[in-house]
Amino acid sequence: MAGSTITSYGPAASEVFPEPRRRAWRALIEPYLYLSPALILIGLVMFVPLLLGLSFAYRNIHLLNPFSGGFVGLDHFSAIMGDKRFWRALINTGWWTGASLVLQFSLGLGLAMLLNRPFRGKRFVQAIIFLPWAVPIFLSGLTWAWLFNPVIGPLPHWLAALGVMSEPYNILSNPSVAMWGPIIANVWFGIPFFAITMLAALQSVPYELHEAAAIDGASAWQRFVKVTLPFIAPVIAITVLLRTIWISNFADLIIVMTGGGPADSTQIVASYIFTTAYRRLDFGYASAISTALLVLLMLYSLIVLQLRRRLAGKV
Amino acid sequence: MITVGQSKARRLALHAGHTAGLAVFMVFAMFPLFWLVKISLTPNNLLYSEGITLWPSSITWDNYQFALLGSRFPRFFLNSVVVSLSSAAIVTLVAAAGGYAFSRFRFAGKVPIMFVMLLTQMVPLVMLIAPIFKIMSPLGLTNSLTGLIIVYTAFNVPFATFLMQSFFDGIPRELEDAAMIDGCTRLTALRRVIFPLTLPGMGATLGFVFTAAWSELLFALMLINSDDKMTFPVGMLTFVTKFSVDFGQMMAAGVLALIPACIFFAFIQRYLIQGLTAGAVKG
Amino acid sequence: MAEVTVRDVYKAYGAVRVLRGVSIDMHDGEFVVLVGPSGCGKSTLLRMIAGLEEINSGDILIGDRVVNDVAPKDRDIAMVFQSYALYPHMTVASNMGFSLEIRRKATDLITAAVGRAAGTLGLGDLLARFPRELSGGQRQRVAMGRAIVRQPQVFLFDEPLSNLDAKLRVQMRTEIKALHQDMGTTAIYVTHDQVEAMTMADRIVVMNEGVIQQIGHPLEVYDRPANQFVASFIGSPGMNFLEGTARQTADTSWVEMVDGTKLPAPRTDAEEGQTVIYGVRPEALTIDEEARSGLIARVDVTEPTGLSTLVFSRVADSITCAFTMDRLDLTRGQPIGLVPDVARVHLFDQASGVRL
Ligand SMILES: Nc1ncnc2c1ncn2[C@@H]1O[C@H](COP(=O)(O)OP(=O)(O)OP(=O)(O)O)[C@@H](O)[C@H]1O
Ligand SMILES: [Mg+2]
Repeated sequence: MAGSTITSYGPAASEVFPEPRRRAWRALIEPYLYLSPALILIGLVMFVPLLLGLSFAYRNIHLLNPFSGGFVGLDHFSAIMGDKRFWRALINTGWWTGASLVLQFSLGLGLAMLLNRPFRGKRFVQAIIFLPWAVPIFLSGLTWAWLFNPVIGPLPHWLAALGVMSEPYNILSNPSVAMWGPIIANVWFGIPFFAITMLAALQSVPYELHEAAAIDGASAWQRFVKVTLPFIAPVIAITVLLRTIWISNFADLIIVMTGGGPADSTQIVASYIFTTAYRRLDFGYASAISTALLVLLMLYSLIVLQLRRRLAGKV
Repeated sequence: MITVGQSKARRLALHAGHTAGLAVFMVFAMFPLFWLVKISLTPNNLLYSEGITLWPSSITWDNYQFALLGSRFPRFFLNSVVVSLSSAAIVTLVAAAGGYAFSRFRFAGKVPIMFVMLLTQMVPLVMLIAPIFKIMSPLGLTNSLTGLIIVYTAFNVPFATFLMQSFFDGIPRELEDAAMIDGCTRLTALRRVIFPLTLPGMGATLGFVFTAAWSELLFALMLINSDDKMTFPVGMLTFVTKFSVDFGQMMAAGVLALIPACIFFAFIQRYLIQGLTAGAVKG
Repeated sequence: MAEVTVRDVYKAYGAVRVLRGVSIDMHDGEFVVLVGPSGCGKSTLLRMIAGLEEINSGDILIGDRVVNDVAPKDRDIAMVFQSYALYPHMTVASNMGFSLEIRRKATDLITAAVGRAAGTLGLGDLLARFPRELSGGQRQRVAMGRAIVRQPQVFLFDEPLSNLDAKLRVQMRTEIKALHQDMGTTAIYVTHDQVEAMTMADRIVVMNEGVIQQIGHPLEVYDRPANQFVASFIGSPGMNFLEGTARQTADTSWVEMVDGTKLPAPRTDAEEGQTVIYGVRPEALTIDEEARSGLIARVDVTEPTGLSTLVFSRVADSITCAFTMDRLDLTRGQPIGLVPDVARVHLFDQASGVRL
């Protein structure tokens, strides 16, 4: 134990750093092993069909026409360019997605803030409020269609009594306002998801931050804007991104409630794909539209992610 | 909440506002469901004449009797339970394994794989129906619950994997280190330490997938064509198109369909909040 | 019980080189403390001894067994983490008994072992609680308990006391030391706190940037630091360093400061005219209130602690610290003389930092 050992003062400038030992083969494949079930499933059930589906876009595939199946090159895509119904559906998609998202988000965040404090009967209230999420979409669509129907639903009568409508009529059959029907149903169905996500995010804000801000003299509103919002901004960004994609791809409610009508006024791109493929049985063209939608959504995601990175870089 | 220094009146006003806000949300959430129940209890002859009164002058249980005994709804219902529970269970296991790999390992393929998983979220699923049909039909997986389970599982795996990853990220790595020093292999550490701590997260994932599968309509509609394989949403839809629609009976079936979803949800709710809060959905 | 040998170990995370050829021989039953600034690789080294990190090259031996590729569970070690890493879903008793349970020991044997450890650490009343129901100090004890229940060959500690308040830290320090003396198990202890290092260690290992700077008994490291880094890192307040030129005649040697002051220096290998760093600890400086001898400085701040006084004064642009047990009455700006005790003066080569 005697005598102190002295090595060099710092790392030598010319030090030779040994190559790391080769990692065991097993250690290298271990993560892939855990991921393999997910990858196999996604590959076989999503990617192979996706490639097949994308290839349909360059072929003439009509289910009922035995002579179809030929290669048509980019014909479908040039057809899209001149397809008024597609452009109309694209605008509607923007509407549908934007309105649903803004309402779901603001109401969901509001609800989360109401729930983010202790009160009696909280569990019960949460159970009630999150219930719409557990309702099958088909049933939600149908129920809301009923509620909007003046013969069996109360909503038109109430709206007329409030003076919003001159007389009770079914908004789902009026092309200028029909889109609001599915949007409202979608908001009803989607608030819980946002509320849960936001609630989780809110609860992750360290309480000390609030206290510190309060001591520094911030009002409740300032605390929300200066402390809470910046803290949960990353979660908001990702949730909004994912939700935007989901909602713009989400045709079920529209198909159930209006089928895209009246006069295409509620037709979004996703429901237009469905109609083209399964009502008109034109799979080639439907695939071309899908390809276009996919590309648009990818562009959108790229922009959002880029923006998020910018924002994150600034903070 | 920081309430020190607020006047009593202000506190009362805040409390009242809070309660009122929650009440509005509760009414909004419940009203359509209430209407569902109301229609299911309204006798057929009053359906239109009392269509817009809040409660019918007389009620009937006939619709429920029919839905339970006279229709194929119990069968649809059972199919839905089988499909949703199996998908939810399989997805949770697969996603747990994948999420664990993302959370605990550094490997070359990680970023590309995550990117691909994100990409799958952008695919318009309606475009996959025909190709999937084409692939599954020679394998005998169309018109089969197994086929449906496979499809639902695959569609839900990417999101669930990200979800599970965030749960694992919330569990300190040192717990695993401690367990391994205490004598565990990686798998024992996983089973004895990590797994019990991710239970809430798994509950949340289970809930997400169950509701998604329980609701799904389009694929079930296209992949299933025989009565005894139909899931609940498809059954209801064919109900609309086949018979002259008896809305009372349909709504009764709908209300019945809500019950298991509600029970499942009530059971999972605790985990949902707790699990998501524990460190989840961080993005 | 076993000796632990680290032989020429290298470690890098990708391009980040963390350990560069580290070798230590730890004797059986010894209490070795690793100190060094944050990020110098202490935790990494400890985790490699535990088997939680792979090593790039070199060998680690526990006893005479090379354990490079032995799984942590088979190394017969126990570790106390800074965050304690208690299993949140298990009671205190199950936390402590976990390692025995995993090894399929009989239940009554486990209960007995846990009971003994709990007795030693005063945890008897807490066995049924969950970690979240414990205070920080209690958690720390449970983490200790979990380590001692198994009677391993080697204890590893990674800053186990850094989350405790000052008083508890002193108390636990003593307890850990006492525990070690009772059990006689080899212990490797990582810390930031040099008081912990000085008081607990049989030997201190000072590290910087992945290189061992010095290994030795605490007082030896303190009194004979191998280089300027060790001298500055060990001791609080730190050693004073002044730059000057070494001078010597046949029978005396001194260092000439920039301002011309001549300070006496020990006889070293320093060559005549070599630029050196003159190092002297605060307690090796005597204060001449009349400023008639030594290095002339102006008082900046005095910090009385009751027991002693620290006097910070300014020489040219640098601050020098002196330690005295006298209660001096000094005013800011007052000139004083700092007189070094030549027996406790160190000279360091200015270029390499090595002690001459
Ligand atoms: N998993 C890792 N990947 C990449 N770099 C790492 C990893 N773990 C540690 N490092 C780097 O290795 C260096 C040494 O880390 P280590 O934790 O051993 O330091 P330390 O001496 O324990 O510091 P502290 O006193 O702050 O705990 C640091 O620069 C750190 O950034
Ligand atoms: Mg460390």
